[in-house]
Amino acid sequence: MPIETIIGAWVATGLTLFIFSFLYKDNPLFKLAENLYVGVSVGYTIVKTYDTVIVHLIWTPIVKNGEWALLIPVAIGMLMLTRYVPKAAWLSRYAFAFIVGVGSGLAIPRVISSYILKQIEDTVRPLLVMVPGEGLTFTWNLLNPASSLNTIIILIGVSSVLFYFFFSVEHTGPGKVVARTGILFLMIAFGAAFGYTVMARMSLLIGRLTDLIEFTDPSYGRPSLWLLGLTILTLVVMGRRGSSSTPEKE
Amino acid sequence: MIFLRRQVPLLITLITGLVFAAQYYVPHPASEQMLTSVTKWLQIIGGFALVLGVSSLFHVHAIKIRRKEAGWGYSFVLYVSMLGTIAVGLWSNGKEAVDGAMTSFGWIYNFMMVPLQGTMFAILAFFIASAAYRSFRARSREAAVLLIAAVIVMMGRVPLGEYLIPLSGDLSQWILNVLNASVRRAILIGVSLGTVALSIKIIFGMERSYLGGGKE
Repeated sequence: MPIETIIGAWVATGLTLFIFSFLYKDNPLFKLAENLYVGVSVGYTIVKTYDTVIVHLIWTPIVKNGEWALLIPVAIGMLMLTRYVPKAAWLSRYAFAFIVGVGSGLAIPRVISSYILKQIEDTVRPLLVMVPGEGLTFTWNLLNPASSLNTIIILIGVSSVLFYFFFSVEHTGPGKVVARTGILFLMIAFGAAFGYTVMARMSLLIGRLTDLIEFTDPSYGRPSLWLLGLTILTLVVMGRRGSSSTPEKE
Repeated sequence: MIFLRRQVPLLITLITGLVFAAQYYVPHPASEQMLTSVTKWLQIIGGFALVLGVSSLFHVHAIKIRRKEAGWGYSFVLYVSMLGTIAVGLWSNGKEAVDGAMTSFGWIYNFMMVPLQGTMFAILAFFIASAAYRSFRARSREAAVLLIAAVIVMMGRVPLGEYLIPLSGDLSQWILNVLNASVRRAILIGVSLGTVALSIKIIFGMERSYLGGGKE
């Protein structure tokens, strides 16, 4: 096995165990791994941004293809950096104004089309569908999201949740019933989102544990076992040092 | 001077906002080209915005190290790991692999970033479970509905759950595809209406907080 893979297995195992040590309590090993994570992530983002923006979007198109118009966004981007010069900081407003203006302009028609009209269109669908040989049919199959019964449920769900968030009308009488229905739909959605998130995290946990089990293999030098012992020993020693340095109460 | 500092930015927002809102309704190749170009422009400007954020991070931790504040050693670790990753990344030309062979930058990604990120999110499973234990007691009808929906979805996502409750798979899919979808749709419509309203306010200068405070 290549030496860089073996070293990588030791590093990955160590960092994984350091982070898992937080389940015991907050400790220096966890903080070390946490700060390492932030540092590596920021460094990675900087390198990737440099490669994408500076190299592929600015340098190569301008120098190799002669796309001099790209100097305009470079100039706008440079205006942002005037934030560091107090007397010229107001120039950065031009850059923000451009970004916000373009963003707002692009958003209006696209949001109306894709997120409002399209969503309403998908909500208000025909209840009867044409089935070959059977003519117009009302479908009861709950497992098919496009069935007639589900169309009614979706329509009730969307309307009641929208009504629940509509505060211009007091939620009394029939309105109260509709708002309560909206709350029930919201609770089901929150529960589903919670369950889904838990299972996604469990999947990540299984992935990490699978790696730890794999790294108990002698071909890697059993880093999982050695480093697990070392982590526990470090925590015990630090725990004892912490308790001995705490002044005793009279 | 107030015109340059206050009115010109508002004018830029108004003109760019109206132009790019109108662009959607002009199906001409030149209009499409303009959209492609401005998308690239925004990516370039976004790169400069990263400089602002990162320099702020550099500054905060540099102060901690210089003053030797509590936990300055961790800031030092952050600095070293960040600069180390940048140096290695530039050395590898920002590539994780070349001709199928892992570069040093790829090594950092595979053996440091992926395990750190994966474990950091994985420990959330434990905290979510403990939070659920404390807050999920069915104290009201709404809480009970939330609890039942969560349990069904959790059971429906794993083979053991489907084995124990055979209906949970189908029920979970129905909850996600119908009930959950209807709520997401309603929220999306509400958020979209808000987005459109805010965009209109920004374009016509009624919302100016993005310009920041400070001197006129």
